[in-house]
Amino acid sequence: MMPNASVPRESLLDVEGLSILIKDKRGDVRAVEDVSFSVAAGETLALVGESGAGKSLTALALMRLLPKTLAVEAKRITLAGKDLTSPSELDIRKVRGSIMAMIFQDPLSALNPVLTVERQLVEAIRLHETISRSDARARALELLDMVRIPAAAARLGEYPHRLSGGMRQRVMIAMALAGRPRLILADEPTTALDVTISGQILELLKELQRDLGLGMLFITHDLHVVRSVAHRVAVMYSGRVVESGTVADVFERPRHPYTEGLIQARPHGSFVTDGHRLREIAGTVPVPSARPPGCAFEPRCGRAEADCRQIVPPLVLEPGTARSLACFHPLQQEQYA
Amino acid sequence: MTALNRHLLHYLGWRLLQSLVVITIVVIGSFMLLHLVPGDMVDVLGGQRGDMDAELMATLRARYGLDQPMLVQLFHYVTGVLQGDLGYSFRNSNTVLSLVLQRLPATILLVVCSVAVAVFIGTLAGVFAARHVHRPIDVIISMVVLIFYATPVFMTGLGLVIIFSVKLKLLPVGGLITPGVDMTTLQLIGDVARHMILPVLSLSLFYIAIYARLARASMLQVLNQDYIRTAYAKGLGTSHVIIGHALRNALLPVVTMVGLQIAELFGGAVLTETIFSLPGVGRLAYDSVFERDYPLILGVLLVCSFVIILVNLIIDLIYTLLDPRVEVSR
Amino acid sequence: MLRRVLLSPAGFVGLLLLLMIVGMALSAGYFFPKGPWALVARPYQWPGQRPGLPFGTDSLGRDILAAIFYGARVSLIVGLVATVCALAVGITVGSLAGYFGRGVDAVLMRITDAFQTIPGFLFAIVLVSILSPSVTNIVIAIAVVSWPPVARLTRAEVLRVRETEYVQSCKIIGMSTPRIILTQVLPNSLSPVIVVAAVLVATAIITEAGLSFLGLGDPNVMSWGTLINVGRPSIRSTWFICVLPGLFVVMTVLALNLLGDAINDALNPHFRKR
Repeated sequence: MMPNASVPRESLLDVEGLSILIKDKRGDVRAVEDVSFSVAAGETLALVGESGAGKSLTALALMRLLPKTLAVEAKRITLAGKDLTSPSELDIRKVRGSIMAMIFQDPLSALNPVLTVERQLVEAIRLHETISRSDARARALELLDMVRIPAAAARLGEYPHRLSGGMRQRVMIAMALAGRPRLILADEPTTALDVTISGQILELLKELQRDLGLGMLFITHDLHVVRSVAHRVAVMYSGRVVESGTVADVFERPRHPYTEGLIQARPHGSFVTDGHRLREIAGTVPVPSARPPGCAFEPRCGRAEADCRQIVPPLVLEPGTARSLACFHPLQQEQYA
Repeated sequence: MTALNRHLLHYLGWRLLQSLVVITIVVIGSFMLLHLVPGDMVDVLGGQRGDMDAELMATLRARYGLDQPMLVQLFHYVTGVLQGDLGYSFRNSNTVLSLVLQRLPATILLVVCSVAVAVFIGTLAGVFAARHVHRPIDVIISMVVLIFYATPVFMTGLGLVIIFSVKLKLLPVGGLITPGVDMTTLQLIGDVARHMILPVLSLSLFYIAIYARLARASMLQVLNQDYIRTAYAKGLGTSHVIIGHALRNALLPVVTMVGLQIAELFGGAVLTETIFSLPGVGRLAYDSVFERDYPLILGVLLVCSFVIILVNLIIDLIYTLLDPRVEVSR
Repeated sequence: MLRRVLLSPAGFVGLLLLLMIVGMALSAGYFFPKGPWALVARPYQWPGQRPGLPFGTDSLGRDILAAIFYGARVSLIVGLVATVCALAVGITVGSLAGYFGRGVDAVLMRITDAFQTIPGFLFAIVLVSILSPSVTNIVIAIAVVSWPPVARLTRAEVLRVRETEYVQSCKIIGMSTPRIILTQVLPNSLSPVIVVAAVLVATAIITEAGLSFLGLGDPNVMSWGTLINVGRPSIRSTWFICVLPGLFVVMTVLALNLLGDAINDALNPHFRKR
């Protein structure tokens, strides 16, 4: 089922001109360059692209959790009315967990192996509200119920390694919800899980998002997942957003050659090809230090012309639509059918 | 939870069984060593007295079972050891067990204090260095640690004696208690503490170096783990993350290392006790080497091994308390 | 590999110091033809007090510098030979235990446990005093107390290599067990053992010095520990007799540790970034 595409546009997160620099003695390299997007309350924006596109870095940059060798530059970042363009350590700490929470890819390594579920949950709860230990425990149980963990009371005393993969990710989600955040950054939350379990987790996230009216930035490389959870999508290629818009628009009528390639390489989330040709995009994503001077996709693009080799195409809003596009020679709508 | 406890008991029971096997091997090995010595106990006695005739020696041999076949002697030795009979020291006219037990407290005091100091200071230095990795303070700590690591225990001991006792005259040169002074309990504790500073320092310096290196490496590794990022993502401050999430994980290798090195510490105690004339088992072993009192030396060796096995069991227990994953991984 | 060791500051300094010590050991006979025992001046001469005796004399009037040069020979030889012996025993025990597993493994590892339970230095003292103090017996004693860690490490590595596909395929094509161990398993298990070897030499040198310090050195051989032992009674006044040879022990051990660290980093380049 496709989520309703028409959502209220009350902006929760606004990101403008975000770049991530890899500091190096031989000169800085931009892993992510000039990325802009926004997420409204109650809306899910999917960041999609191949590995190395800079999706996870973007999420970590918002949380300021990047390693020290990476630096963040941005024209403007606002979250729920707060300016987070260049926050102090204390500012960002107040935001982490309470306004903006993150769910990571591998729940086993993301949970502390020597602390019980209770310790880790109660810690997150008591960090954001003054509450007694026993009340915090009750709230922890409530959170475990919310993420549908059966026999929650018995799970509190468990250590992460004794839980199944799906259970661990549910605990991670409960921990992310502990501070009553308004925005969830989900970094490939189902990639490390079995197919059936990952379906359950996706359903859970969708439900929670709807019930709690959360904004969600959902990072994935799986187009099928994008279709199932997201309202809008931003396609990233080699550190830049190349196309963005509503999921329906972008997937039904892709205009950037890379988006088209992605969709054709992936048979609509099923293994039945329905007459679609399964096609790989030739070549690989360039590393940030060896990007061509023009459009990064140009070497792999069938439609590239001379201008593509010299100038980086800017992301421009298509007049009269909700779609933005960074391409000099996009596919015409009628070309794709 | 009950399943967990059963796993744990199973594991600890298995470790206990292993320890018993190891003790048995040590006892048999000690018996073999005793028979490697040229001449037996009666020869030693004879050599001491110088006037023993062959008949008397034969009688004595029969009395101590020394004329029996090896296996029978081994059986007697093992059953004796099990009952706490480690032999008799003719030089000291006392049983080996009571001689060793008299000297054991000083050594245990020395070793326990040294481990505590080494783990505390070493971990602190290592964690501090890891927090400031590649900055000047980290380089300085690493260099100091490298020099500690290369300095043998006896060099540290002699150096400290020269500086603090001979030149500065701040601390006593040796011994455990100032002799011939009446003291209250509190004064006595203070006096012993003053006497222990230099020995503990000289024995622990090398281990401070080891734990600092280990704690630094393990802290750096832990700080790269995903769960540390999760802790920051929750909104925790750096000190909370370090103390609440990183430290416990980073301490695991340190705890393992303490278990591996407790035996070496007892070895180092011989040198420390000799330099500082402490009345411990190390000093006892040293003296008995020169008196060729082999039952006594082996008694020291055996008792130390027992203590070390015991300490290792305790450390295993601590480890299982610190790391819930033990039952799975081992 | 060698290039990477030399390019790291630790490896360079370590190798330089070690070459200096080796140079001292080799040139001892050339610079001090009278040997380390010759009485050259009055006893207890402070360093620099008399020309030609930059390190002074010991309690019998022997040249301390000459003793240190000759001592380098003993320390290095004892360290090297003891390490080779410990490696031979440790690698044999470890690879047998790791390759055969089960009963063999259980028996060998409990014996290894037993050796690791006994305080090594105390055990070395007992062995030397029972066997009588000679260079050979000191080497034996040091080797006996230092093989267990090698055995553990080799076993762990062999366990890892044993499961790899190339060893499994050797089994399938019917290669004999000793041949698999010698030609396939060991060569692929030994690189961590090389790092340990440098540390083992250092530990052996410390142990030898410790034994001599306690008066359990070979009385016919001048080692750094012998000199330290000679200087001990007069530590309050002429402390340099102890400290000078001690500094050389520290320097040698430092050099070996630096070299070990550098080799370790060269073998595991991805760890350097830490």
